[in-house]
Amino acid sequence: MNVALLKPAPERVPNDLFADARSRLPGTGPVADLRAASFADFAARGLPHRRIEEWKYTDLRALLGQVAPLAAAPDEAALARAKAALAKLDVTGTARFVLVDGVFAAELSDAPAAGVTLRRLSAVLEDETNTVRADLLRTNATGDVMVAFNAALATDGVVIGVADGAKPEKPLHIVHVATQSAVSIATRSFLQLGKNAQATLVESFVTADGAHDYQTHDAVVIWLGDDAVLEHVRLVEDAHDAANISTAIVTLGAKTRFNTFSITTGAHVSRYQAFVRFNGEEAHASINGINLLKERQHGDATLVLDHAVPNCDSREEFRAVVDDSARSVFQGRINVHPDAQKTDAKMMTRALLLSDEAEADNKPELEIFADDVTCGHGATTGALDDSLLFYLRARGLPEKEAQAMLIQAFVGEAIETIADDSLREAAETAAERWLKARS
Amino acid sequence: MSALLEVNNLKVRVEDREILHGLTLTVNKGQVHAIMGPNGSGKSTLSHVIAGKPGYEVTDGEILFEGEDLLAMEPDERAAKGVFLAFQYPVEIPGVATMNFLRTALNAQRKARGEGEMSTPDFLKKVREVCTRLNIPQDMLKRGVNVGFSGGEKKRNEVLQMALFEPSLCILDEMDSGLDIDALRIAADGVNALRTPDRGFVVITHYQRLLNYIIPDVVHVMSNGRVVKSGGKELALELEESGYAQFEDKAA
Amino acid sequence: MPAVQETVDRVRQIDVDQYRYGFETLIESEKAPKGLDEDTVRFISAKKDEPAWMLEWRLEAFRRWQTMAEPTWARVDYPKIDYQDLYYYAAPKQKKALASLDEVDPEILRTYEKLGISLREQEILAGVVRPDSEGAPEERRVAVDAVFDSVSVATTFQAELKKAGVIFMPISHAIREHPDLVKKYLGSVVPTSDNFFATLNSAVFSDGSFVYVPPGVRCPMELSTYFRINEKNTGQFERTLIIADKGAYVSYLEGCTAPQRDENQLHAAVVELIAHDDAEIKYSTVQNWYPGNSEGAGGIYNFVTKRGDCRGRNSKISWTQVETGSAITWKYPSCILRGDNSRGEFYSIAISNGYQQVDSGTKMIHLGKNTTSRIISKGIAAGRSQNTYRGLVSAHRKAIGARNFTACDSLLIGDKCGAHTVPYIETKNSSALFEHEATTSKISEDVLFYCVQRGLSQEEAVGLVVNGFVKDVLQHLPMEFAVEAQKLISISLEGSVG
Repeated sequence: MNVALLKPAPERVPNDLFADARSRLPGTGPVADLRAASFADFAARGLPHRRIEEWKYTDLRALLGQVAPLAAAPDEAALARAKAALAKLDVTGTARFVLVDGVFAAELSDAPAAGVTLRRLSAVLEDETNTVRADLLRTNATGDVMVAFNAALATDGVVIGVADGAKPEKPLHIVHVATQSAVSIATRSFLQLGKNAQATLVESFVTADGAHDYQTHDAVVIWLGDDAVLEHVRLVEDAHDAANISTAIVTLGAKTRFNTFSITTGAHVSRYQAFVRFNGEEAHASINGINLLKERQHGDATLVLDHAVPNCDSREEFRAVVDDSARSVFQGRINVHPDAQKTDAKMMTRALLLSDEAEADNKPELEIFADDVTCGHGATTGALDDSLLFYLRARGLPEKEAQAMLIQAFVGEAIETIADDSLREAAETAAERWLKARS
Repeated sequence: MSALLEVNNLKVRVEDREILHGLTLTVNKGQVHAIMGPNGSGKSTLSHVIAGKPGYEVTDGEILFEGEDLLAMEPDERAAKGVFLAFQYPVEIPGVATMNFLRTALNAQRKARGEGEMSTPDFLKKVREVCTRLNIPQDMLKRGVNVGFSGGEKKRNEVLQMALFEPSLCILDEMDSGLDIDALRIAADGVNALRTPDRGFVVITHYQRLLNYIIPDVVHVMSNGRVVKSGGKELALELEESGYAQFEDKAA
Repeated sequence: MPAVQETVDRVRQIDVDQYRYGFETLIESEKAPKGLDEDTVRFISAKKDEPAWMLEWRLEAFRRWQTMAEPTWARVDYPKIDYQDLYYYAAPKQKKALASLDEVDPEILRTYEKLGISLREQEILAGVVRPDSEGAPEERRVAVDAVFDSVSVATTFQAELKKAGVIFMPISHAIREHPDLVKKYLGSVVPTSDNFFATLNSAVFSDGSFVYVPPGVRCPMELSTYFRINEKNTGQFERTLIIADKGAYVSYLEGCTAPQRDENQLHAAVVELIAHDDAEIKYSTVQNWYPGNSEGAGGIYNFVTKRGDCRGRNSKISWTQVETGSAITWKYPSCILRGDNSRGEFYSIAISNGYQQVDSGTKMIHLGKNTTSRIISKGIAAGRSQNTYRGLVSAHRKAIGARNFTACDSLLIGDKCGAHTVPYIETKNSSALFEHEATTSKISEDVLFYCVQRGLSQEEAVGLVVNGFVKDVLQHLPMEFAVEAQKLISISLEGSVG
């Protein structure tokens, strides 16, 4: 196996993509410089392909072809379409912060509650009195090329702060609405929870009627101060021919609790990469998710969990239901640093294949440098259990119903882990919709 | 008395081996038939073939249920017609709440029979009734099907289903395996409470003990894939005394 | 078995810095000049007296090698190898072709005695089959094909094997005496283009074993090869080819030792196994190459490509290994499960101490119908070593009913080492059922304290726990090897505790 990086063919990264977009990208001076450098980095490396180990199973060059030109700012018509889409959201009772085609839409958004500050990313980037504003785009400890792309082209996002000790009642809901077709949308948002704060963050990716074939490139950067608690739910329901490449970078303080759940039912190509790092001791992270894939969908969940300090524990469980000719990819790496003694980390991935053409790739990795730890992972792939199917049929359930019941059970067990009732119901609804649409 | 189940000269293969070599058996309504026999005699095969488990090839013979060709029906059709197999090893189905499973199954059977779905309040009432009768705590039903149930609890869950679905033919596949005396007694009581003139039972067992609690009308002995002797309930006691060995040659 | 017992006694005294096998044999050695070019390849081929087709095969491989780059994806770190700064061939000088053991250079024979291997047929035959009526258990027999620095010096038991129809000879002899068989199978499991090290091996391989077991024959004894690297700066490029024809069975043991060196030594072997319908090949390895001194200098680089092709229906190939040596280990004994109902097994204990680096594992490729595979990997990391399990289990689209069970467990001794697990699980078929589990932990302090409190020393306690940890794998080794392996395991962990 030789590792020779393929040089991108010139037409794969249209050089004018950045040049065209440049003028409307918020931020001058150090921000503009950082964007240019990030794009140069992206252009030199190109879209990731299968010879890059982290993208081995998700060759974006093959799957995406090339990056679409950046979407224009939404006009009145677009905002109207977005509004209609918002009315159909399953998740209600949240404080919504809406990004339409990559631009914050104040008129469609709610005001933040007490204890919560909200700023537009574009405003922060253009605020020349803020000498460290460029740092917001610099967050890329991972060296990942798609994060570099996101840094170069992010047009907007929300920067949310939850004050020390604040516990806003309503979930903070970032809603991404795409209304245009054949475009790229790049956003980056931030959430900082102060010490002892508690909040719920929801991210939805939805499509307005008529929008298709777009690419969403999102990043969300989260910091939890000591003793903070964050519940996080992500629902990806993009158009069936859209692409969703999202990154989450999470840093956990001491004694924090972070519970996150991601459910993907939409998008032709999706990649969710979450980089979670324990920065303080005695913290706990529970990272779960489910990909429901059919037709020719390609869904990739890549989790990298850094136990950088001692005494933290983590539980990860990821499931996939794969039908037709779809493909599910799960990569989960747990890094235990040399001093991270008393780490307790467990990871489990299960793939359920429903058809002959379905494919699942799992790579659960352990990289362990400390010895006083308990780490383990498990992976299973298979079809529905014949003996369970027979039991249900012998009790009167016709074949299709028996299958549906078992698939529902498989999916349900994952969704059960969502603490918030209404969010759990929203996830259940999304799953049911997917199951019903199964031919 | 009309025939509920007629098995005529049934021959069944599993992979390369013929397990049933021409088995004939008739169960009438209102009767309890016990089938006894050593390991490998084909008892479980018979129950699986009646229920329609995949993996068994019928090479000859027929099975009629209330006069209809049972082998032509899918497993769920058979259930709707009134065939119930109480599994020897009931499976665990995590993620499927027992209550939900019971309701879905019951309604699926009713739908197949052209009856309407049972309303939720009626269903809950019926479940409550049955649970009380069988002394099953209702919150056991919130758990996944058989998840975390002891052997005795699993068997009782099978009896619960029998009481709920009201099948015409109940096949109890080694109900006593893995049960202690108390659990056995409870399960047997549940079964006895279901005996009616319209219902037939096939009780498959190794040991005579179960038949002290579920008293059969007819006892058959199986050996090497055939019924080699039939008689009244005393036959079971005879077997207890003399064992199965005497029948091994007869079958050959 | 005398050979093995003596080795065991020798091994008992080994510890990391005083590798007892660190002696050189003072014999004249005939070497090709340093460096690698076409002439080197021709030199080797000529020395082996090879037919033209073999030289052509080598040259093609060499030309391809020149276009390839060394792989860098494994988790091993080593100073850049200057391939031109090595000798690629070293044979002890011999005056004429050997007709019998008496003609072997006595120095060489003495080397083997030091290693605990006696080439004397009588000594090996002692302990051979006694009639069952005497009540004594049949003693297993081992045929030894002793390789001494790139050349097979002698082979024993030829007569017995010949009677059974089994061909067991150095590959250089097989190329001359059974060219049709060699041509048919060489490179059919590991093609010359496979990877950098396999290509290199294809160009410069100097010797190795060739085994052919004819249809229906159960090889009457276990076949074995001991070898070592002697000359400074020679690479060991062993090439082994084992074919089990329809319904045949063969068990092959590979174990090796190497002397102390200052410069690192390169070992790039290739092993190809082919099992036809209903055949079974059992390949066992106990590897104890020099791991480097207590500062991490020196030590063998072990880059090996081992692959088994379950070509026939119901065929079975199992790899069992105990790896305790080498400074760098890069090897993934694999099985291609081509034939319907075929089965692949991989049982491994990989121990690293000092500054050793191991990136090892297996690949089970499910192609045929109803294929099964089983992987049990136990890694133990101590000292400042890095121990990585890298495995691939894949089910092809047509691999209906594929089944795999994998358990890889790692034990860490001390907090300066690392244990890593990198499994790739790929299914393209819904009827495939793959289960994988992995755990990493250290030896429980409670357990250690309990043992110590009952009178065991700290080291004995560790040994006890480690033994329990590796038990599942040890039971798959042929008996003689299991004993040697157990001792080797405790020895390689000496100094790791406290």
